[in-house]
Amino acid sequence: MLALLTSILTITLRAGTSLVYATVGEIYTERSGILNLGLEGMMLLSAVAAFATGYYSGSPWLGVLAALLVGGLLATLHAFLTVTMRANQVVSGLSITLFGSGLASFLGQRLGPASNNNYLVGLIGPKFSVMEIPLLSQIPVLGALFKQDILTYLIYLIVPLAWFYLYKTRNGLNLRAVGESPETADAMGIDVLRVRYRYTLLGGMLVGLGGAHLSLAYTPGWAENITGGRGWIVIALVIFAMWNPARAILGAILFGGINAVQFRLQAAGTTLPPAFLNMLPYLMTIFVLVVMTWWETLSKRIGAPAALGTAYMREEK
Amino acid sequence: MNQAKVTPTSPILEMRHISKHFPGVLANSDVNLLLYPGEVLALLGENGAGKSTLMNVLVGLYRPDAGEIWVRGRRVEIHSPRDAAALGIGMVHQNFKLVPTMTVAENIILGLTDLPFVPKMDEVCARIRDIAARYALTCDPHAYIWQLSVGEQQHVEILKLIYRGADILILDEPTAVLTPQEARDLAAVIKVMTDEGKSAIFITHKMEEVMAFSDRVQVLQNGKVVAARRTAETTPQELARLMVGREVLFRLEKAAQTPGATMLELRGVCADNDKGLPALRNIALTVRRGEIIGIAGVAGNGQRELAEVIAGLRRVTAGEILIEGRPTTNQSPFDVIRAGVSHIPADRIGMGAVGSMAVSDNIAMKGYRKTPLADHGILHPQRILDFARKMIDTFRIATPSPQTHIKFLSGGNIQKAILAREIDACAGLLIAVYPSRGLDVGATEAVRKRLLEQRDAGRAVLLISEDLDELTSVADAIAVLFEGRVMDVLPSDQADVETLGLLMAGVKA
Amino acid sequence: MNQKVSIVFEKRESLSRQASLLVPVLSFGVSLTLGAILLLLSGANPLATYAAMARGAFGSWRNITETLVKAAPLMLTGLGVSIAFRMRFWNIGAEGQLVMGGVAAAWVGLFWSQALPEWTLLPLALLLGVLAGALWAGVPATLKAALKVDETLTTLMLNYVAILYYQYLFNGPWRDPHGYGFPGTAQFPAAAWLPRLSGRLHVGLIFALLLAGVLWFIFKYTRWGFELKIIGENQTAARYLGIKIGRNIVLALLLSGALSGLAGAGEVLGISHRLQQGLSLGYGYTAVIVAWMAQLNPLAVVFVAVLMAALLVGGDQVQIMMGLPSSVGVVLQGMILIPMLAGSLFTEYRIRVVRK
Repeated sequence: MLALLTSILTITLRAGTSLVYATVGEIYTERSGILNLGLEGMMLLSAVAAFATGYYSGSPWLGVLAALLVGGLLATLHAFLTVTMRANQVVSGLSITLFGSGLASFLGQRLGPASNNNYLVGLIGPKFSVMEIPLLSQIPVLGALFKQDILTYLIYLIVPLAWFYLYKTRNGLNLRAVGESPETADAMGIDVLRVRYRYTLLGGMLVGLGGAHLSLAYTPGWAENITGGRGWIVIALVIFAMWNPARAILGAILFGGINAVQFRLQAAGTTLPPAFLNMLPYLMTIFVLVVMTWWETLSKRIGAPAALGTAYMREEK
Repeated sequence: MNQAKVTPTSPILEMRHISKHFPGVLANSDVNLLLYPGEVLALLGENGAGKSTLMNVLVGLYRPDAGEIWVRGRRVEIHSPRDAAALGIGMVHQNFKLVPTMTVAENIILGLTDLPFVPKMDEVCARIRDIAARYALTCDPHAYIWQLSVGEQQHVEILKLIYRGADILILDEPTAVLTPQEARDLAAVIKVMTDEGKSAIFITHKMEEVMAFSDRVQVLQNGKVVAARRTAETTPQELARLMVGREVLFRLEKAAQTPGATMLELRGVCADNDKGLPALRNIALTVRRGEIIGIAGVAGNGQRELAEVIAGLRRVTAGEILIEGRPTTNQSPFDVIRAGVSHIPADRIGMGAVGSMAVSDNIAMKGYRKTPLADHGILHPQRILDFARKMIDTFRIATPSPQTHIKFLSGGNIQKAILAREIDACAGLLIAVYPSRGLDVGATEAVRKRLLEQRDAGRAVLLISEDLDELTSVADAIAVLFEGRVMDVLPSDQADVETLGLLMAGVKA
Repeated sequence: MNQKVSIVFEKRESLSRQASLLVPVLSFGVSLTLGAILLLLSGANPLATYAAMARGAFGSWRNITETLVKAAPLMLTGLGVSIAFRMRFWNIGAEGQLVMGGVAAAWVGLFWSQALPEWTLLPLALLLGVLAGALWAGVPATLKAALKVDETLTTLMLNYVAILYYQYLFNGPWRDPHGYGFPGTAQFPAAAWLPRLSGRLHVGLIFALLLAGVLWFIFKYTRWGFELKIIGENQTAARYLGIKIGRNIVLALLLSGALSGLAGAGEVLGISHRLQQGLSLGYGYTAVIVAWMAQLNPLAVVFVAVLMAALLVGGDQVQIMMGLPSSVGVVLQGMILIPMLAGSLFTEYRIRVVRK
């Protein structure tokens, strides 16, 4: 039983790493008031960039760099369109998803070596292997935390840092204000537009890291649709986490875990169709949204950053 | 506070020859202002007199077209609120600049640049508590803004300014949102501040505030300073006269009134404003067919809410509204329109018109529900166009074409279009809220003529206006609104400027 | 001399008509140019590629019908999305609404053929498909109207619920027992097939064209369309004018979902004749691009849908003929809006450099 739980947790953490990165990234972006629906395209494109760079350079870390670059560039594009050009955030994000997915697929079929028909599929590239931490990894159940690759270990650092930055630092305070009330932030001398750019960019880079983990550690390698819709799941996870980075892990475990669990359940012979288990997170997200919105109107306690999704401009007086 | 104070010889703040204009409007014209340390200056005037503009110039939200600002004897340029803050000038706006989901302490340090990367919240809170204690302000640094009452939120705003080193505090209509007790607390706070040598300017239209809080008062009218007095040396009557008195522009020929049946009746109507505070208190009002009842008062005393409750756009918390004897209290806007009510709203572009649609569409927005403009749900575009052309002609609306998007028209022409629509659709009661605000002389005259026409045609007209000329020349009787109450109703030929001015400032004769 | 230079946006005095028409066309040109750069970088000849794409989409009658096969569902979902967007309701759930429409139509096709006279099968399947799509949009619409719940997220989540559901159905309880290992349902009886016009093109296209005309008519000539326009442009004014906002939003969204549901029913009844993998191809998301590029105009949606379909079909052809990835088409689709999103600000605002 303990062995089963340990293995479930191990798989869940591996599967969830990319989700955690992207969720923390999108939390930061949304905290500044920008909704980025381009995540799926960004993750795919960073994944392929990471893999290709890693393959040709031999270094997975260069691949990570490439992923950061790609994620950052696409995020900057989104920021430019939505913050400076004040275009519709939903449409901009969807365009980027379409573009990113298409380009990733294209590159996946063109960047490979001639020996493989220019395809990247099927190639073996460098990867981040599991690095078990001696002694700690022997602990039942929790030992799963110590049987991961370096990118996953990085999460143990990044999530608390992200939480601390958001809630305990001056910059985090200003960021939260921008997302809640850009007029107030502006009146207090904060450069709203710059804040939005900065955190959309940061968010994009973290999303890129998520993509890198997929092609450099989780799968590893490149395959069409390597993300399996994670980019969309992240949007739900952000709501689940209630825009708090510390809760990002919870949601990732929930979604990642359900995948892992369902195989075991099937093996154990339950009659509950796995599809319904898979649906549960999405339905729960809707439920959480309804409750939060309803409660927010009753008490202004928790909720989405009030200015999420709206453009901001102070007209010349 | 009204005892003669020893005035130090040099002012802490001087604004010299400040002028500021916006398209079509001269908001400030050659305004001079002096402020001495340790004193409270009141800026008195009606809406549009230029008080807020002047103060916005001072805190760096507007750039003046001409003039200079001198602080502590040195000429300064103020380009932004940050510059103002660096000079020790801060403003508490009518709409608080607070983030509801953050704590008091967080709001106070928001945007500060000389803060360590990880702010030491214990120190911050301790300092906040110190300031609060010193100035008799209530405060819990860990409370969330949404948990606080409006008066407490105002304290946070004041704390914020003092924390950031403000010596000159500007308060914009500070008691507009306070209970009488809270207003008294505020007075105590201001006293402590001025005893310490800080100065305050507050913008107001309320006589009671001026007499109770200030040491000196400057009266503005139409962008100019018309008077400056020591509060102890003047009277409410004199101030009221200075505030509203001006030459009468023109008088319209008005036929004798022949009022008919009661069209609109309000009994004991109470309603809240958007912030949940009472905006209307026990309003009783009657308007008959064939008469124009004017509502005078400085904007913000319940005028908007009054129009909205009648039109079905706002809930009434107590009382009844009857149209032609039938109760319409809390009915939907659709039902109220069907009962024969037309409404020319205060907010032209936000409510009265759809900017990105054609002039002809806007004009048809009441009539489109029935013949001849529509049959069985299908519109007749040609008839709509013809109707619009007729209206454009009759009301002399200046537009490149009937299909031009209405947002490109000037304010006056948009108003004419709204007027055309509402008058055409009016079957009994016409509510006009600030109908000639921002219009030039010609358009203003046209509007007033139309209102008189409606009255002579047997409609009932409720005219809400800040323009006393308009009220005295158009209305048959004038009711004055102050803090949500009807102070008095006067027949217009008995309403003189001084009496009205006093009532508008809250002083019962 | 310390002069601060800043950029300031000023509203233009009059709407630039030419700009509104020109911008989509220019955007397409820009994306073609960017695509050409991508092709050059990856060692392909852009002109040859584009020529091959054009031939692939329109070069023969067969190709044209294939393009129209893809265009029809894009038209329908594009129309649906455009109605929602006109109400400022960001419905990105067209994918799920399409899928549920397909599921409902499949349900009739698979299980009702015994109980009902033949001639009723097709109309009933279409009807239920429409209703299912409407319902799938009606739920988030009601949540928004009644509880103010953000529609972007609810419609998105429901996509996944729909997709997971239909996958469960054709893999599980509805799976064809004689299926030779391919997951999917049995084929519907011929009575439940949409008649074909030519090749794989079925009458769904006619529905799409007719409905585009109907929508155009609604918005131009009916009271309801007029009210919807007002609600979308200025809700405050709509309320002031006595228009019932909540009810109208829900009705408009039911129509929006119904159109996507029809698209799904069309795919299932006209193309695959069964429920199987491949119903959800992302048309619901492409529909957003279609609607936006068409600037929410129903007649323009028809043309833009054909253009988008051409990019997809052309891309497939390019893969076959030139060995280039078919995703060229998708890349172009993704890029097409980006110049337009950047450009739309210029139709309304002018940029001025201000020296202080």
